Amino acid sequence: MRALVSLAVISALLALAGCGEREQVTEFKRGKYQGKPDTPAWDNAPLTYESGKWTKGDRTSWETQIKTRQLGQHEHKRIYQ
Amino acid sequence: MARMKFLCDAERCIECNGCVTACKNENEVPWGVNRRRVVTINDGVVGAEKSISVACMHCSDAPCMAVCPVDCFYKTDDGVVLHDKDLCIGCGYCFYACPFGAPQFPQAGAFGLRGKMDKCTFCAGGPEADRSETEFRKYGRNRLSEGKLPACAEMCSTKALLGGDGDVIADIYRERVLRRGKGSEVWGWGTAYGPAPRPGAQPPAPQGGKS
Repeated sequence: MRALVSLAVISALLALAGCGEREQVTEFKRGKYQGKPDTPAWDNAPLTYESGKWTKGDRTSWETQIKTRQLGQHEHKRIYQ
Repeated sequence: MARMKFLCDAERCIECNGCVTACKNENEVPWGVNRRRVVTINDGVVGAEKSISVACMHCSDAPCMAVCPVDCFYKTDDGVVLHDKDLCIGCGYCFYACPFGAPQFPQAGAFGLRGKMDKCTFCAGGPEADRSETEFRKYGRNRLSEGKLPACAEMCSTKALLGGDGDVIADIYRERVLRRGKGSEVWGWGTAYGPAPRPGAQPPAPQGGKS
């Protein structure tokens, strides 16, 4: 008898679970990004065959590398100095 | 903290479209989508022709982010405006909101169905694993994660197009203009609102009838 009751309860729970509804839409909040998180650019190791030099995870060293690259656009400094 | 921006020097741009080609090649942008384009005014008028290369300007207060109904936009710590294509529904609101016409929509079907929005990423990829095949396929190359600047700016033959931290590229531009023999007249109040009025000068009389 107990086994029968247990079976009935389990069956009822399973049947009810089928009626449950998962959230179908994202919760929209103004100014809140809903997508996947992104890895920061500085959290990547430099390519082995490239000239870039920074330490993975060290934002300051990556910014130094990028600044060097930016100043490469300054021909007055790049060529004449 | 860097604020990544583009700056195009109209005195130097020769409308070679090298930036457009570099972008298309580097990111393998599909047909019909131009993340970057060169706009020319007074085309053919000697001495008055000016060209400027335009793409997403990665606005500090980006209107595309404000109007997106699914909030698929985000801004990186470096000030680059990016979006998640998995969320984008291709509604086109961002295109109407953008003052630069940056958002592009590939034709995704036989009846001109709009696909998911595509735009300049400042060569910073998107919210997939950095340098992965998926990221490249959806967003293009992630050059920032390789310690490089956007391909368009680095490929520019006359260095008219500068890309990078706003402060750094503004300094480069300022020094350039000073070397051209110009000075404070190209910055500040005079540039924004015209030269200071002469003492005793009258305001100009209104011209024409109804506007």
